[in-house]
Amino acid sequence: MNDKIKEPLFHIVKRDAPPISRALAVRAVAIILAMILCGIVTTVTTGLDPIQVYESLFVGAFGSRRKIWITMQNVSILLLIAVALTPAFRMRFWNVGGEGQILAGGLAAAACMICLGDKLPNALVILCMVVGSLAAGALWGFIPAFFKSRWNTNETLSTLMMNYIATQLVAFFTIVWEVPKGSGKIGIINQDSNVGWLPQLFGSRYILPILVAVVITILMYVYLNYFKHGYEISVVGESEKTARYVGIKVGKVIVRTMLLSGALCGLVGLLLVGGINHTVTTTIADGQGFTGVLVAWMCKFNPLTMVFSSLLIIFMNRGASEISTSFGLNQSYADILTGIILFFIIGCEFFINYKVQFRKKSAKEVQ
Amino acid sequence: MLSFLTTFIPRAVVQGIPLLFGCTGEIITEKSGNLNLGIPGVMYVGAICGVIGSFFYERSVPDPSMMSPVLAIMIPLLCCLLGSLLMGLLYSFLTVTLKANQNVVGLAMTTFGVGFGNFFGGSLIKLVDSDVPSIALTNTSAYFSRKLPFAEDLGWFGDLFLSYGFMTYLSVAIALLAAYVLRHTRVGLHLRAVGENPYTADAVGISVSRYKYAATCIGCMIAGLGGLYYVMDYATGVWSNNAFGDRGWLAIALVIFTVWRPVLGIFASFLFGGLYILYLYIPTGMDHMELRELYKMIPYIVTLVVLVITSIRNKKDDQPPESLGQSYFREER
Repeated sequence: MNDKIKEPLFHIVKRDAPPISRALAVRAVAIILAMILCGIVTTVTTGLDPIQVYESLFVGAFGSRRKIWITMQNVSILLLIAVALTPAFRMRFWNVGGEGQILAGGLAAAACMICLGDKLPNALVILCMVVGSLAAGALWGFIPAFFKSRWNTNETLSTLMMNYIATQLVAFFTIVWEVPKGSGKIGIINQDSNVGWLPQLFGSRYILPILVAVVITILMYVYLNYFKHGYEISVVGESEKTARYVGIKVGKVIVRTMLLSGALCGLVGLLLVGGINHTVTTTIADGQGFTGVLVAWMCKFNPLTMVFSSLLIIFMNRGASEISTSFGLNQSYADILTGIILFFIIGCEFFINYKVQFRKKSAKEVQ
Repeated sequence: MLSFLTTFIPRAVVQGIPLLFGCTGEIITEKSGNLNLGIPGVMYVGAICGVIGSFFYERSVPDPSMMSPVLAIMIPLLCCLLGSLLMGLLYSFLTVTLKANQNVVGLAMTTFGVGFGNFFGGSLIKLVDSDVPSIALTNTSAYFSRKLPFAEDLGWFGDLFLSYGFMTYLSVAIALLAAYVLRHTRVGLHLRAVGENPYTADAVGISVSRYKYAATCIGCMIAGLGGLYYVMDYATGVWSNNAFGDRGWLAIALVIFTVWRPVLGIFASFLFGGLYILYLYIPTGMDHMELRELYKMIPYIVTLVVLVITSIRNKKDDQPPESLGQSYFREER
């Protein structure tokens, strides 16, 4: 008996094709656990009783008609960013440069508003803004893609560096265009003439980004799943060797996809500058270029389900800022809660894809 | 010229130290095949944990003159190590045990860590109902930034080599030690084996998970010290939100820059420290202050250029660990 090899207490087995119901159930449990932990953390830091924590979270996100609109608007911006990043990630191209691409787009839009504002009619200015910001975002996506396709340069770092280059560029132009001189900020652009402000649809300023987000999300879903381009992206993502073998020009696909990804991020910059803030600052993207990566990844890069994950993140974000404002705490509180939720969602993937098998009883009896 | 160098080089070194800590930590982590993009978050957590520790210690002492030097240094140091260790454990648990995607976990850790740092940095005073206006641990900082004795007497030699706080020398020592361990010891060999090909390493009986856990946690603790150095020595104990900035990301970029060699990391971080403050030395004239913002791009552009050049050269010796970024699952060969 002694020569029997000791069997470990448990071992891990991969599940093949876990059913969707199970995946949903595991994620739901993870989110509930994360919410409970967030509640406990909030109770500890603020002394609020747990029921009130959730109440404040909800009030912060959906408390009034205006809050609901702002939440919807933020959801659509985050959703757009996640959708914009999706084609790159499907190709396993780690585009963490969303931030820079948004800034580049926003800067181009602001440049059109400031430099062309009193020279061209409003409609032409807006046209220039659209073209300019799409092109700027695409350029910011093109540079890392070109290096990647040509010399296999690490894209995670090159896109990251492009972020900082864009940030400094915005900082430079902020000082060039600052109003009044020495204030260090641009302020609302064309406040009196409203030239270059994106039009309000149906009398509400919140509708345009929401509409754009819905349209782009659906188009992206169709593009990725029913078009040849989308298929090529998936093949390159699964295996570059296979792609090359079947005659897909990998470099061309990488550059094309990043042009698309960057241009869509530039579009977000346009919406932020032309439609929402009417000004440009270095923090206009507010880290959402990174959050977008997580939102997209959580949904396995399926644009349609990203609606829910961006809603979850924005809900926590708005709720947490409500709590931190009413207690005079720092706004970064939202990041902590978002982080907790993300850790749980990331961790729960394990229980969807793997199962833990304990040592069988019979083996014990033999001993 | 000499006087310029004796002022510029020490300032570059001081800027480079947080990068060096982060870079050494990330090299050790990456050698085990874990790509930890959470380093920026870890450095924030390390810094704020040290700050919290010494904040409470300074509060508990009635008068600054009664502070014991040993406790004033050890309390923030241990708090910082503990905080970064917890972050390392979290990362390892998610990526090694639960086999989650490393990039995603890293990004989430950065979000969490930076938020954690800024939250407690901004709200600590309110949370403990203290009456001080801001976190300024100047007394603790004095112990951290104390120069070596006889630095004043040795002229330029003293300025260049002896005019730093003890953590500067600690960072260089850690980098040298890391280089030695990775290159010349059995542990280092095993670690590199795990990073190159965990399946082979497993087959010869090396415990892959144990090495990955250990390397990630040690790497995080070293990186966390970089955050502590920044607050306690460079910023003279004053915490201001987001002041640490993007140094964590630059540290990760340095790892590629130095092709995974800690000794090169020492020089590269000082070089980057220099690039980081170079804009202060380029004359702009009073009416063109905006050019400064352009000059601040220099370190990022240099990083990008170096990245491209290393990828064009594509030398066999300069490749990342083969399994970098992939999680290991024994039954999946």
